[in-house]
Amino acid sequence: MSELATAATAGHTERSGSLWADAWRELYRNPVFVVASVVVLIVMSWAVFPTLWTSTGTDGGTCELVDSRLGPSSEHIFGTTFQGCDMYSHVINGARPSIIIAVLVTLATTLIGVALGVIAGFYGGWLDTVLSRITDVFLGLPFLLGALVFLALLGEQNIWTVSAVLVVLSWPPITRIMRGSVIQVKALDYVEAARALGASNMSIIFRHILPNSIAPVIVLATLYLGGFVSAEATLTFLGVGLQIPEISWGITVAQGQDYAIAGYPHLLIFPCAALIITVLAFIVMGDAMRDALDPRGR
Amino acid sequence: MGRYVLRRLLQFIPVLLGTMFLLHYLQTVSIQINGNPITALFGDRQPPPQTLAAITTAFGLDDPCLQQTGNPCLGMFLDRMSGYTQGDFGVDFNRQPITRLIADAAPVTVRLTIIAVLFESLVGILAGVVAGIRKNGFADNFIRLSTTLVISVPVFVLGVLVQIGSGLYVGVWLRDNGAPEWLSAAFSVTYQTDHPWASLLVPGVVLGAFSLGFIARLTRTSLIETLRADYVRTARAKGLSRRRVVGIHALRNSLIPVVTYIGIDLGALMGGALVTEGIFNIPGVGGLVFGSVAAGETPVIIAVVTMLTLVFLLASLLVDVLYAVLDPRIRYE
Amino acid sequence: MTEPAHATPDRAASAGHGEMVVSVRDAVKHFPITQGIVFQKTIGHVRAVDGVSFDLHRGETLGVVGESGCGKSTLSRVIMGLIPASSGSVNLLGDELVGMRERDLRKVRRNVQIIFQDPYASLDPRMTVGGIVGEPFRIHPDFAPRGDRRGKVQELLEVVGLNPEHINRYPHQFSGGQRQRIGIARALALRPQIIVCDEPVSALDVSVQAQVVNLLERLQEEFDLSYIFVAHDLSVVRHISDRIAVMYLGKIVEIGDETQIYEHPTHPYTQALLSAVPVPDPALRGRREQIVLTGDVPSPANPPSGCRFRTRCFKAQDICAEKEPALVSRDGSVQPSACHFAKELDVIHATR
Ligand SMILES: Nc1ncnc2c1ncn2[C@@H]1O[C@H](COP(=O)(O)OP(=O)(O)OP(=O)(O)O)[C@@H](O)[C@H]1O
Ligand SMILES: [Mg+2]
Repeated sequence: MSELATAATAGHTERSGSLWADAWRELYRNPVFVVASVVVLIVMSWAVFPTLWTSTGTDGGTCELVDSRLGPSSEHIFGTTFQGCDMYSHVINGARPSIIIAVLVTLATTLIGVALGVIAGFYGGWLDTVLSRITDVFLGLPFLLGALVFLALLGEQNIWTVSAVLVVLSWPPITRIMRGSVIQVKALDYVEAARALGASNMSIIFRHILPNSIAPVIVLATLYLGGFVSAEATLTFLGVGLQIPEISWGITVAQGQDYAIAGYPHLLIFPCAALIITVLAFIVMGDAMRDALDPRGR
Repeated sequence: MGRYVLRRLLQFIPVLLGTMFLLHYLQTVSIQINGNPITALFGDRQPPPQTLAAITTAFGLDDPCLQQTGNPCLGMFLDRMSGYTQGDFGVDFNRQPITRLIADAAPVTVRLTIIAVLFESLVGILAGVVAGIRKNGFADNFIRLSTTLVISVPVFVLGVLVQIGSGLYVGVWLRDNGAPEWLSAAFSVTYQTDHPWASLLVPGVVLGAFSLGFIARLTRTSLIETLRADYVRTARAKGLSRRRVVGIHALRNSLIPVVTYIGIDLGALMGGALVTEGIFNIPGVGGLVFGSVAAGETPVIIAVVTMLTLVFLLASLLVDVLYAVLDPRIRYE
Repeated sequence: MTEPAHATPDRAASAGHGEMVVSVRDAVKHFPITQGIVFQKTIGHVRAVDGVSFDLHRGETLGVVGESGCGKSTLSRVIMGLIPASSGSVNLLGDELVGMRERDLRKVRRNVQIIFQDPYASLDPRMTVGGIVGEPFRIHPDFAPRGDRRGKVQELLEVVGLNPEHINRYPHQFSGGQRQRIGIARALALRPQIIVCDEPVSALDVSVQAQVVNLLERLQEEFDLSYIFVAHDLSVVRHISDRIAVMYLGKIVEIGDETQIYEHPTHPYTQALLSAVPVPDPALRGRREQIVLTGDVPSPANPPSGCRFRTRCFKAQDICAEKEPALVSRDGSVQPSACHFAKELDVIHATR
């Protein structure tokens, strides 16, 4: 983020700046990107400051079974859940686990993936061989099946275990992309020039290799954010993710499913809409970033 | 080429063993930490110790290494591998061989997958071509928007929404208006054994929707790139019609990555099938996993997922080899 | 055409070029060729540099010329210790680089810098000119205290003929020639004594080439630099070099001063290269005898026996396949020439 910001300020003083500055300028002029970012910020604020949005508190407020499955009204603008809780409050509070997991897992996978990718790509040799084979093994597990098995076997299912399992299954693609990107940059003359100047490996990695090879990973990480929101909800829906006293969109949908068929569509519409809009916003952001950073795709 | 294929085959073996070991180790550690899964299965009504011991032995979970936390139980792993090579994937809690369960369930999943793949590739490629030919036109923008939307909807959300929409509203309306039975079966809430294809139609569409979005995008980008290539410009300069250029020259070449994607996508389809079959109550392999997760039958989960992983790895291998045959530009380092 | 100063037979020994700054003896660099499906096996070597010896004196310029792939870049990197030599000796200002630890190499390296061929790949696109030219100071903080750096960078930009106010611009905002000047400024920052120029002008327009060569010459005088100047054709190095080494497949085939190489070439390969050099004399244009080399350059992984040039040589005899000619002075040649039949031939003025 700060990388983007500094590049952007540098870009202001000149007619045309670096790749980051150009990309940034293009992004904040792209209305689709701006709208998506605003949506993301709003959902993030649901997760971090739910009390700004609802007065019922983070536990979803008091639930009266007599109020079960009420349609939208002025008192409950999204109606009530089948347990008689306020649906609006559940939609707001359901953002928290999704966002926490998505951000946590994205940060961790990016960190692990980038570190391993740099090590494999920069140092090469047997390290690269070993790391690449391990990556292959983890890529061999189909994502959702793998997550399901891991969680089913772990026995304990909460924010931390779900995050851990998602991290274990999602670092390999980042490592692969980073490795390829590093190998490309490593061969360039400016890296050799830095070596000729007496720069250490660490300094070369942080000054030259990382800034020039990280762009595809940043794009992927943004798309990952949306993917993890979706993955958390899916696993929770399947029963191997978050468990009941937690409030999560996946749980709300799973509970609403049976009753929605019986004629209460609002039990599904609101949590599904929240989920779709959140994932959509992340994916649109990622797409816009890819277009801005890689002009070939246009 | 031959070298590449050979190398790819030989690399496949350690990856296969590694993935199998990963699954095995996971189960071992989980038993070492959580205790015997058989005990957990019976919950409050524990059988007498002898019965419990007998069942434990039947599942091969009596190895003493399962008492030592962290022990990878290599002996068990080797037994298991040799079992796999003889087609022995163990039994479920009713002493049914898991291979039989899968054999019963697989045809349903295969039908579902065929429907999904047909749907996603036909509609996806068509949409991609329409968008790619008239880049930035109305159709292009519309298709780009809708594919982004489709990609953003988690499969289970699409599943439950479509189930209600098609089953409740369309299906009921069809039945009330005397539509043929197979047609109302296609729009029913659950799978119907009498209509093995028709009642999988809607779940198949749900399953294929996510990949449809990717295929459409991939076709579009790939076509745009090919249309820019020199040989396509030459073909146009020679006076060939646009239709011919797109149809013969560009499309054939831009479909290579798309075909590869459809092959690689199998892993995502498996995950999707799990969700879809769970929602629509389809007795396929995904339904089997879904059911075992709900029942906590870990040996079944492991065996089924191991088998699915095998299929997935074999499919990726096949795709890689096919890709090498189709696209001579591939680099054999 | 010939500058008087360059005409002395061994300028290095006579005109103030006393001290030796680089001394290379039998330097060899073999890249292993590996093959294998599971285990990588070494099945051969690319002999990129295969027994090269030469000296470089203070203030002198050694031109290195040869076709693409003959090992010029590899030799440049070996001299700098950027690629470790497989064997032989590379002595840089009294320090032996071969076998030196990476950590010590880093210290020694600041005395020798490199200018690259491709001005687009040699500057980090994410850094401003100030960052690029200031990088040496960041790596060696003792060289310029923090506060001085900006001033020093601007000074350097001025020295290479760039506007010091452009310090905040990015590389892509400059032309190829200007970028090459940025690269030169970076190479000068640590006040090195030796600069290796790996085809510094090959990627530039002809008009810009001369400007950059002139700049390099001016800097040489100003900072008392020694140059190793690599090029793939003889016309580029003529103007700037005191001595020229002609390379073929990892070996030096002839080495001598300007008159020796251009007026009295003795190796058939040098003669062939020279016959392809365009001449400014309109009377000779189009009437010169061209020595056309037949065949392709053999693979450096599997060079011909005996003399490496024999497969394409118009003078080849049986002995050439059996005995490798040493790089020595012979009856027909004043300067060292690696040919059994070394004999002078004035190709530049030869007409049909
Ligand atoms: N890292 C490496 N690994 C294997 N082979 C290499 C490596 N670097 C160079 N070579 C080989 O060594 C030989 C000499 O290469 P080098 O780059 O030194 O040639 P060059 O004379 O600089 O050519 P050019 O004029 O094209 O720059 C070539 O055959 C090249 O393929
Ligand atoms: Mg070179």
